[in-house]
Amino acid sequence: MIAIRNVSVIFNQGTLNENQALRDINLNIKEGDFITIIGSNGAGKSTLFNLIAGTINPSVGSIHANGRSITREPEYKRAQYIGRIFQNPLLGTASNMSLEDNMMITYRKGFKWLKRSLNSKMREYFRSELVQLKMGLEDRMKENLVMFSGGQRQALTLLMMVLSKPSLILLDEHTAALDPKNAEIVLELTDKFIREFNLTSMMITHNMGHAIEFGNRLLMMDQGEIIFDVSGDAKKELTVEKLIEKFHELRHRGFENDRALLSE
Amino acid sequence: MIESILVEGLIYGIMVLGVFITFRVLDFPDLTVDGSFPLGAALMVQGLLLGINGWLALLIAFIGGVLAGIVTALIHNHLKVPNLLAGILTMTMLYSINIRILGNRANVPVIDQKTLLTDVTSRLSDVIPDEYILLVFFVVVALGIKLLLDLFFHTDLGMTIGAMGNNEQMVVSQGINPKTLKTIGLALSNGLVAVSGAFAAQYLGFADVGLGQGIIISGLASVMIGEFLVRKNNHIGVLTLCALAGSILFHAVMYVGRYYGYVIQMTPNDLNLIKGLLIIILLILTQTRKLNLAAIKAMVQK
Repeated sequence: MIAIRNVSVIFNQGTLNENQALRDINLNIKEGDFITIIGSNGAGKSTLFNLIAGTINPSVGSIHANGRSITREPEYKRAQYIGRIFQNPLLGTASNMSLEDNMMITYRKGFKWLKRSLNSKMREYFRSELVQLKMGLEDRMKENLVMFSGGQRQALTLLMMVLSKPSLILLDEHTAALDPKNAEIVLELTDKFIREFNLTSMMITHNMGHAIEFGNRLLMMDQGEIIFDVSGDAKKELTVEKLIEKFHELRHRGFENDRALLSE
Repeated sequence: MIESILVEGLIYGIMVLGVFITFRVLDFPDLTVDGSFPLGAALMVQGLLLGINGWLALLIAFIGGVLAGIVTALIHNHLKVPNLLAGILTMTMLYSINIRILGNRANVPVIDQKTLLTDVTSRLSDVIPDEYILLVFFVVVALGIKLLLDLFFHTDLGMTIGAMGNNEQMVVSQGINPKTLKTIGLALSNGLVAVSGAFAAQYLGFADVGLGQGIIISGLASVMIGEFLVRKNNHIGVLTLCALAGSILFHAVMYVGRYYGYVIQMTPNDLNLIKGLLIIILLILTQTRKLNLAAIKAMVQK
């Protein structure tokens, strides 16, 4: 569905600070894939997401969606079919507006016109969807989002993104900034929604256990390269130990320094 | 005295509503205002002198302001110029344009001319006592504009513009180009400012190219005074009402400065200094209020 061909991203090209964030990446994201991505800091995981979402453009190579080149398509246009959730739970919603207003803005993608769509029918629909989160948010629809916890806001962002039915969702360590209990709830909701709506998705995580437990495909990144791409039965047999061993075998250096970051 | 404060406060209040849109809703400090205010005045006065219908002249003034806002938006969006500088660029260019519109003059009077205000006065003089006609008229105009704005910010488009000022990434993630929203917001804001300028010119009896000098500071001070009237309220209807009230209070302070300032040897030339100091005082008060609130919160949480 989304294909990345021979893409490299180089920051500050031609200066002393030149930094190759991605090296010759080739990746085919198939419909229905749930890909988990692990790698230490600076491995290029977030750069990869920025590239797919259109926040940055590749220095070399091209990106295609359903056979159409989207290499130069701006971020806001790609957002019509690519949903993204950030680590910062405040980035998905507007703090100074009420829950129902936020839902009004996010339930449908694209430009909004001069009409007032928020009516009692809409409110009823939002209420029924909010019930799925099991957080009691359905009774707080008039409250400003500034009153809500990070976990509640992230769950809301997730719900609204799912309702807008994107072709691909990008989860950029979306539970990392939450407390363990909320992180668990949001992660469970994520898994539930992805299964229920059969969403094609990619999830960056620092938790190797989660990377193994969730999804049908796993990518390991290091220094701007995808060094390990495993799916299907081979992925099911993975364990944290096997992954660390694999890293050592591929890169000929220890995983010890990264271990603290990657596992619990 | 009290009527003239109220009338002035309401006329400039329309401008304050525009400043409120850019500074508070869009989070875009827009200095175009200093140019679009006299632009509205110039277009209105020239329209009247050419014998165009007053309401049509007002519409032309509004459109002129809209275009000025669009120019600032284009400079900011497409040339990647910082928002402050984009506004200053348009404002500077407007200075020359305004002199052109006024027929290469810096000041054009409309004292003996039929204006919208003389028209309204002659029509209503049987119904309302003369000294209250303008007050009633501007209450209706300013509140009408305020209500229209409230309606606008309750539409899907208006809400999205509100969300953008708070969180631009959210709007991008919805597949909406934030540049388009900024353009709409700036156009609307400067349109209102020009309308305010158009009314001010008729009220003062002249259009002057220097009419806009420091307008942005008056607008900002008014917005800030208005924000002092309520604590933590996000209801757009309340916020726009506060902007109008802030404008009236600001003009009351300025009135006192103008007519009683001589007591402390103040001259009209000191008014700009007073405006600046007023903003600084308001900023300090806001800061301490925030700190106090934070301290109270911390106490409660303990």
